[in-house]
Amino acid sequence: MEVYRKQGGYAAVEKALKTMTPDEVLEEVKKSGLRGRGGAGFPTGLKWSFLAKPEGVPRYLVCNADESEPGTFKDRDLMVRNPHSLIEGMIVSSFALGANTSYIYVRGELFYVIRILEKAISEAREKGFLGKNILGSGYDLELYVQPGGGAYICGEETALIESLEGKRGNPRIKPPFPAVSGVWGCPTVVNNVETIAATSWIVQHGGDEYAKIGIGRSTGTKLISACGNINKPGIYEIELGLPVEEFIYSDEYCGGIAGGKRLKAVVAGGSSVPVLPANLILKTMAGESRLMSYESLAEGGFVSGTMLGSGGFIVMDEDACIVRNTWNFTRFYHHESCGQCSPCREGTGWMEKVLHRIEYGHGKMSDIDLLVDVAAKIEGNTICPLGDAAAWPVGSAIRHFRDEFEWHVREPRLSQERNYGLAGYADPLPVQAAEA
Amino acid sequence: MSEKYKITIDGVSTEVEPGTTILNAARQIGGDLVPPAMCYYSSLEGSGGKCRTCLVKVSKGSEKDPRPMPKLMASCRTTVMDGMEVQNLTSPEVQEARKGVVEFLLINHPLDCPVCDQAGECKLQDLSYEHGTEATRYEFNRRTFERIDIGDKIQLHMNRCILCYRCVYVANQLTDQRVHGIVGRGDMAEISTYVEKAIDNDFSGNMIDVCPVGALTDKTFRFKNRVWFTKPVWAHRDCDKCCGRVTLWYKGDDVLRVTGRKDEYGEVHEFICNTCRYDKKRTKDWVIEGPAKVERQSVISANHYDSKVVPVIDKR
Amino acid sequence: MDIDTREIRFSAERLAEVYEIIGRYPEGRQKSALLPVLHIAQAEFDNWLSPEVMDYVADLLGIQPIEVYEVASFYTMFNLKPVGKYVLEVCRTGPCCLVGAEKLQSHLETKLGIKPGETTPDGMFTLKTVECLAACGFGPVMQVGATYYERLTPEKADELLEQFRKENKRATYC
Repeated sequence: MEVYRKQGGYAAVEKALKTMTPDEVLEEVKKSGLRGRGGAGFPTGLKWSFLAKPEGVPRYLVCNADESEPGTFKDRDLMVRNPHSLIEGMIVSSFALGANTSYIYVRGELFYVIRILEKAISEAREKGFLGKNILGSGYDLELYVQPGGGAYICGEETALIESLEGKRGNPRIKPPFPAVSGVWGCPTVVNNVETIAATSWIVQHGGDEYAKIGIGRSTGTKLISACGNINKPGIYEIELGLPVEEFIYSDEYCGGIAGGKRLKAVVAGGSSVPVLPANLILKTMAGESRLMSYESLAEGGFVSGTMLGSGGFIVMDEDACIVRNTWNFTRFYHHESCGQCSPCREGTGWMEKVLHRIEYGHGKMSDIDLLVDVAAKIEGNTICPLGDAAAWPVGSAIRHFRDEFEWHVREPRLSQERNYGLAGYADPLPVQAAEA
Repeated sequence: MSEKYKITIDGVSTEVEPGTTILNAARQIGGDLVPPAMCYYSSLEGSGGKCRTCLVKVSKGSEKDPRPMPKLMASCRTTVMDGMEVQNLTSPEVQEARKGVVEFLLINHPLDCPVCDQAGECKLQDLSYEHGTEATRYEFNRRTFERIDIGDKIQLHMNRCILCYRCVYVANQLTDQRVHGIVGRGDMAEISTYVEKAIDNDFSGNMIDVCPVGALTDKTFRFKNRVWFTKPVWAHRDCDKCCGRVTLWYKGDDVLRVTGRKDEYGEVHEFICNTCRYDKKRTKDWVIEGPAKVERQSVISANHYDSKVVPVIDKR
Repeated sequence: MDIDTREIRFSAERLAEVYEIIGRYPEGRQKSALLPVLHIAQAEFDNWLSPEVMDYVADLLGIQPIEVYEVASFYTMFNLKPVGKYVLEVCRTGPCCLVGAEKLQSHLETKLGIKPGETTPDGMFTLKTVECLAACGFGPVMQVGATYYERLTPEKADELLEQFRKENKRATYC
């Protein structure tokens, strides 16, 4: 706490509460162009402005710290290293939204993080940043940490709200959106940890300053969780617009592919976004360098592009098996499906079984088209985005790596002994670059 | 608010009260453009949105904002906006998605219709007849559960369940204490009492009526007869617990079972108590009103009221 | 099982904690305390939730027992069967598998002679496979109690098992 204060911490709280109105804070966040860091990339200011404000009804801010997208592990680090930056963001954001009670919903597995946050909250309370009449501004705020119970689906905002209410994490049918009817039927905003932490910087330095960072509509910095077969897995704060190639190969970031191997494929934004082969992740179809930004990664749509998502950057080298990885991800979605709506409940299990069969050498050629068809019938037809998230990895893997699937079917025995390898997806970079 | 909203479904226009859902607007028009519904139940608050069979395409959002909605919408939970245009039968995309949903609902269904008491009045049968394919592409073992008794009057065949949650809403909204619920997650979720507890409540029997499939069946009617061999008759009695208006199902002179009165979409609007359902199975307990109006349950009507089968009118 | 003979009731401190949690929510919304209270209950009563424990929690919060069963069975952190003193939760999701989680899991299976979901005969270890623990950059990962053990190798896992055997203390989340 002392350290954080010395570094200028909680200055944003003082600035916001003493010199600004809630609407002015909202205006700064709007100007900043900040976009939700949880995966969907929805403009935060816009989301806040949708919040209904009926008389006499409390409003709530809930921080989504149920980070469980495979490949994403940035929020845990942020909360452990700098819990006060989240708390400061929570105070500023709650003030802007007019919420007097706010919750941080942390995935239950992270109990040690919950303890860190609870300690930080009580420190903030002692210093008068929480509780009644904060800094004499007349603004009251109570902040609590709520543990989850182990369910990926609770990262979906309406499922998170249900879970916070002590129920099964079944996503709600929208509309109504949480901004109108959220926690206990009251207007609610749910934001990711990283988004909320960014708001205090924005308040302190101004939205215009924030908007100068980054590229185009992808403003600001983003925490990227890099993992998989790279030399330096970890969390990197990048300015949006950094070339993907530099991110993978520069020593400042991932440090290249581990063991001097070659790049095969990348899942750029957490397991649910489409997987791309090496050539397409480094350069777009038009031959331009792909950048780490919402727009550039999405270029080419789902035919040749992907999404920035939550920034979970999973790198696969030449020895990774795409079929096995797709099966693994599908098993994950099958396991995490809440079971409420039929396409996702039944479809994810079906896809998992078919992929398992292909991976273990019992597949049929027709299975590949069956998978494409089942994925297409789940996509877009479910209550929440988990259905889409389950369908995209399967659809994209088959779109880009069809011959690897066919090889598994054609060579069942061989496919048990070795991996398909790099085949036609060699990265356009010379091998030396990878070793550098 | 007397102002009404205009909505066009498959080219047929009507005006409805604000707040009406697309599904109910379609029902007001009637005919074959009404989307099928497996989980929505008008008289149960909060039901719907889960089975995804009623998906439709909103090709025009409203007069004010004519943009189409990006995804297919569950018509049972999407409210009408003024000037909205909806495609159901006329959208190949909707038909394809619905075919997919039917397939998903069936991959783990045991297809044991020959020994299922619900056969003949099963919504899943109707649905797969209308929208399904003749063969399955699913080549794995189906999910199975043990059959359990919920109290002495209701039997639960979890294998047949499509997890519509209707029975949970019944227990929540009609009875004073819910003892069964959805246990587990994903495709291993099941209806259960967790620790075997008898459901002992005056209105628990309505779980049987709302179940769209044969998952919850009346034990007093178990294997007594096929529904299409029994003859539905409307009757009433003075009941101090419920409305007392029921359908008696006759075989010869015997009442084989008593149910609530279902409308053409298989929904009961006036729920009945367990006394009426289980304990009043003699003709002399009842005042007979006449043959029940059976419209949509084709199998039942075909057996008794051939001439009265309402032809499917294409109103477009 | 000692749970049958032990009275299911929180200590005074635990009860105070429960009431503090209930106080975090508006009047009449005490059901929201369900997840945190279940975590406490699990930690308190041998790291699993028996129907009796769940009934007790339902009673504390003034809700129907089925509402507790529904919730407890939805979330993977709640054990509905007795478990060993140390529940070894090995992450088996993609990113961990890319760096050797499958090897770690099969090593533990052989070493302990149990499959996922089973408990060693001495009641010491339960092996449990879990999905993403959100520590993908530091895989393979195993969670035991509240602690994450990262960048594991079969050798490191062996050391851990030894260490646990020596400690011989039940590991819980909170």
